[in-house]
Amino acid sequence: MLKQCEGSHAVAEAVALCRPEVICAYPISPQTHIVEGLGEMVKSGEVKNCEFINVESEFAAMSVAIGSSAVGARTYTATASQGLLFMAEAVYNASGLGLPIVMTVANRAIGAPINIWNDHSDSMSQRDCGWMQIFAENNQEALDLHIQAFKLAEELSLPVMVCMDGFILTHAYERVDVPTQEQVDAFLPPYVPRQSLDPSDPVSIGAMVGPEVFSEVRYLAHAKQLQALDLIPRIAADFKTIFGRDSGGLVRPYCLEDADTVVIALGSVLGTIKDTVDEMRAEGHKIGVLGIVSFRPFPLAAVRDAVQHAKRVIVLEKSLAIGIGGIVATDVRMAIDRMPIKVHTVVAGLGGRAITKSSLNRVFHQAIHDQIEPVHFLDLDWSKVNRVLERERHQRRTGPIAENILRDVGVVAAKLA
Amino acid sequence: MLSIAAFLGGRNAQAFPSFGSERTGAPVVAFCRLDDKEIRLREPIMQPDALIIQDATLLHQVDVLSGLKRPEGYILINTNKTFEQLGLGEFVSGMMSGRLLTIPATELSIKHVGRAVPNVPLLGGFAAASGLISLDAVIAAIKEKFSGKVADGNAAAATEAYKTVIAKMEEARHA
Repeated sequence: MLKQCEGSHAVAEAVALCRPEVICAYPISPQTHIVEGLGEMVKSGEVKNCEFINVESEFAAMSVAIGSSAVGARTYTATASQGLLFMAEAVYNASGLGLPIVMTVANRAIGAPINIWNDHSDSMSQRDCGWMQIFAENNQEALDLHIQAFKLAEELSLPVMVCMDGFILTHAYERVDVPTQEQVDAFLPPYVPRQSLDPSDPVSIGAMVGPEVFSEVRYLAHAKQLQALDLIPRIAADFKTIFGRDSGGLVRPYCLEDADTVVIALGSVLGTIKDTVDEMRAEGHKIGVLGIVSFRPFPLAAVRDAVQHAKRVIVLEKSLAIGIGGIVATDVRMAIDRMPIKVHTVVAGLGGRAITKSSLNRVFHQAIHDQIEPVHFLDLDWSKVNRVLERERHQRRTGPIAENILRDVGVVAAKLA
Repeated sequence: MLSIAAFLGGRNAQAFPSFGSERTGAPVVAFCRLDDKEIRLREPIMQPDALIIQDATLLHQVDVLSGLKRPEGYILINTNKTFEQLGLGEFVSGMMSGRLLTIPATELSIKHVGRAVPNVPLLGGFAAASGLISLDAVIAAIKEKFSGKVADGNAAAATEAYKTVIAKMEEARHA
């Protein structure tokens, strides 16, 4: 059924349709509306046979999720930002134990400085934790990916993070097509665990493993993620058969056929990029877009195939690997190793800085003319940066950077762009 | 609710808040795009076609008018005052007068809902001013969000605001 609703609400409905058995949650913006919505649905009886557990922290949320998944319950939780960091130890355990938990990450920056707005730093910080990570472009895809995530997680017995841009998607009202329970039931069978704690067939889960086979256990985790590279497109095809729309998959190409320049990105910024690319195509530029849906596992072959005829790739990412530059760009470079393709990294949208069509238009033109540095920061205000650097050159006790730069710019009411 | 009303009228709509600053008493900004095709753009609206101002006391605190399209932009303000009395005479000179509208939305909401919640009557006023959404769609959106007395009161406030704006536009046309 088509409806106009908030992204968080759409996700709550999707999770409810997946018949979760345990939902544990600790509130943190911008994820809160999702679990609030699910809490109401469990309480009202709309979601049956489900335990909603309020926990005392994110660490407890993931610990409870590990416990409930280990006894064979379909388990869901959601978090963001510092919440994801706080649960990090348990996040690694969930994947290491092979428990098919599905978790929404409503992407938000991490501090310090504290910032509640959107970027991809939080989930990127957990990119090597063994969870699969899939990114939604809009609220329809966020809804669809949650349904696909349970199937993916349970087939491989590995957890999945569904990443959606905090506020930009979670708090946006847009049209979504909410499937019926019959459709979701036809797509997603009841959960049959590959392992579970069952008193009638006792096992232990969580053995200590020494150097003799630790590498082998780790390799198997890697091999399982690589299996997902085949499984994710199959799940997307099954999804299309039942629901009638393209959603998910490994990558999503747009106007790539004759593209000399390919912009690669993840998440909701793809919409703004596509609008920009349409305008540049109208001006005669051969430019296209490759959206990455599956960031972990990273689809090296699919990326290589998609960009093999391009002259240059612009990786636009809402994350920064401090001390080197891009995170996604590094993976893209591996995908096109030894191919004669130039890669530009554009770091954009950190801490909620708006990514506008006009800025994208400018930076894509600059990249086409080789006028940007290898790691470029979109819309960075060099006067503010240089002022701090200059002060630090002349003075030892310069004080805290965040406070200094705020003092330099004066009081601002959350400037957007 | 504007996006819901537009959706019910068969349009694509995207609505989103200016993030993070929502708390009682703080200035807040929210955006809405309406289109007949899919909306992919995610940037904030920097050059609006229309502005709905819920609290006229913020006019000189926040640069809310910057970027408004001229001379064809719509301004709808919750106030009893005129544009001149609000100190906007100079700003609106040269703009299309039939698109410069005020309604006492706070009073309408107190009258019909019993609380100062001016957003719904402003929505009724915007429906009348823009012609982009129907009053029926606004009322249907209200009923999707609220029920019982609250829904009825808001529907009445939106209807009165709608009629007020239609009358004002008629007046401007004959002036």
